Amino acid sequence: MEFKTFVFYMLATIMVLAALRVITARNPVHAALALVLAFFNAAGIWLLLHAEFLAIALIMVYVGAVMVLFLFVVMMLDINVDRLRQGFWNYLPLGGLIGLLLVGEMSIVLGGGYFGLGSIAPPDIPADHSNTKTLGRLLFTDYVYPFELASIVLLVGIVAAVMLTLRRRKDTKFMHPSDQVKVQRNDRIRIVSMPAEKEGD
Amino acid sequence: MGAVKDFVKGLFLVELLQGMAVTGRYFFARKITVQYPDEKTPQGFRFRGLHALRRYPNGEERCISCKLCEAVCPALAITIEGAEREDADGTKSRRTTRYDIDLTKCIFCGFCEEACPVDAIVETRIFEYHGEKRGDLYYTKQMLLANGDRYEAQIAADRAQDAKYR
Amino acid sequence: MEAAALQFFQGFWSLFGLWDWLWSWFKPFWPLAWTLIKIVCILAPVVAAVAYLPYFERKVIAYMHVRIGPNRVGPFGLLQPIADALKLMFKEIIVPTKASKALFILGPIMGLAPALIAWAVIPFDAGLVLANIDAGVLYLLAVSSIGVYGVIISGWASNSKYAFIGAMRSAAQMVSYEISMGMALIVVLMVSNSLNLSAIVAAQGKGTFAGMGVGLLSWNWLPLLPMFLVYLISGVAETNRAPFDVVEGESEIVAGHMVEYSGMAFALFFLAEYANMILISAMVSIFFLGGWLSPVGFLPDSVWWLIAKISFILFLFLWFRATFPRYRYDQIMRLGWKVFLPLCFIWIVVVGAWMMSPLNIWK
Repeated sequence: MEFKTFVFYMLATIMVLAALRVITARNPVHAALALVLAFFNAAGIWLLLHAEFLAIALIMVYVGAVMVLFLFVVMMLDINVDRLRQGFWNYLPLGGLIGLLLVGEMSIVLGGGYFGLGSIAPPDIPADHSNTKTLGRLLFTDYVYPFELASIVLLVGIVAAVMLTLRRRKDTKFMHPSDQVKVQRNDRIRIVSMPAEKEGD
Repeated sequence: MGAVKDFVKGLFLVELLQGMAVTGRYFFARKITVQYPDEKTPQGFRFRGLHALRRYPNGEERCISCKLCEAVCPALAITIEGAEREDADGTKSRRTTRYDIDLTKCIFCGFCEEACPVDAIVETRIFEYHGEKRGDLYYTKQMLLANGDRYEAQIAADRAQDAKYR
Repeated sequence: MEAAALQFFQGFWSLFGLWDWLWSWFKPFWPLAWTLIKIVCILAPVVAAVAYLPYFERKVIAYMHVRIGPNRVGPFGLLQPIADALKLMFKEIIVPTKASKALFILGPIMGLAPALIAWAVIPFDAGLVLANIDAGVLYLLAVSSIGVYGVIISGWASNSKYAFIGAMRSAAQMVSYEISMGMALIVVLMVSNSLNLSAIVAAQGKGTFAGMGVGLLSWNWLPLLPMFLVYLISGVAETNRAPFDVVEGESEIVAGHMVEYSGMAFALFFLAEYANMILISAMVSIFFLGGWLSPVGFLPDSVWWLIAKISFILFLFLWFRATFPRYRYDQIMRLGWKVFLPLCFIWIVVVGAWMMSPLNIWK
């Protein structure tokens, strides 16, 4: 067995176990952390495929930002696991059906024969090939409109999320920081000159 | 105009740099730390440290059990019990049978010293004392008198220096 | 260097006539062993620096307070870190009864590990780097973004309100400032046209001033001064150092996410904080202060310049701590999101236009 194959199977095993832990863990925080572990292993597998940009972006975006915010929410909530599990047996047939469907689709794709993937030769990768550079060039030339469109969609999502949760409270005592920063000494103190003793006494 | 000046000041972090200049200057300043066990700061003659009960030169204890110190003590650290005593010349005088100061309560305000009409209870310059358990800091009459006997020279000198201000 | 090391080992074992036998057995493991040796060579000085940084912090802050600082253990107090380490090692690690035990132990480890693995891509001299990868900057960003997990996990696993609030504050702060740090880095990447750290340093050695013998003025800090400041200040915030240390605001939440920790577990947080400081200083030195490049033409480039630059930035960290009072939390967030981030966006456009104009100095 080649060393790479060994690494792949190690990462894959840990990833599958972590993914199982995500859906079996009783504590939502443990589940979220197991998901982080699964992301790490996915990034490792992508690195094996020479997709270093995707691997690092996965860690940077999903592990470094998305899952942190996710953990934020999960930690704050007091989730009652028992009540969530009440409908388990009712939903099992539907869920099982979807699961079977997914397995079927995956086997078609991974089998490769359906799409004729076997007939495409693997690309010839030179040693100094930079994955990041190629991706960047493609994104900003051939796919620049879809790329910009995707960013607009995300921007709209951000604005929508802010607007949905924004509420202007009338009784808030919020002080605008920039007003506070602007304050000068003369706005707050008045120096009064007073004789130390009254005259004539 | 002022707003523009403030904006420029904020943009170039002028005030932060001024603050750093101050600390930067002090970095090279002469250090004023007193390295305590090796070096000690000078003490005034009114220093308020460990308590002591004094005696007259003939060996008679000064305290007359008037309990003014007990009354004035803001921390209720002093406990006094007094009784009549038959003196050697046949007269009777009032003396303490018990004079305790709980140093864990004492706040070293010096009121007892001020209140005492006969300069019996005084505070000495001693501040480096300790106890290994709480009870060790409960000073009884015998311990306080022993303090007085041991440091009498210093105590008397300090009182003499302070006398003209009283 | 690898050949020299091999030769040394060969010479050593040949003394016992064991080399051939040993090598036949050891050969497949040599690349692994060689990498391990290199890792030790990088991390041993880093850990030593981490141990002595608190000592220097106490000394520097004491000097700025017109005090002397630690001077009792050893000459000038130089053995103080060892005394502290011994004390912490012999203390009991207390795990709170209702804590999530595995995560409680994992927290400090997750805090320290990213600060150490990031050193893999830091170049110390031309060619002197453990992993000279093309996506070095991305790797650094990714690694520094997982440092927040140590704080979150420990804060949650402690099952304590103070720890939890501290973890929340810290996580929000670190995530926010990572963005402005990344944005500031984008400008650096634009002008140096590479994601490789060695190439970024090499790009700073070119330019009009470098040609005139004052390389100091062609480093990125001068043409990208606003980004340099943004990166430096964000770096202070990212490491949760004063004046951005609301995470462990003593007067409000005791010690933040580390309240429940004691002994060596607490020491790991301590080490992580200082290792992160050194890492951020190294990154500032490499991105903006020209890494190992010499500031003037007549002195040779060497790793000592990098060490000097890192020390200078570290001194700045300590100087900030001695000078500035703690920020209020909403002001920290405002600074990150409403000041630094727009500034970075504007500067990306400005530098982009500059590079397209005939005045471009980065050719």
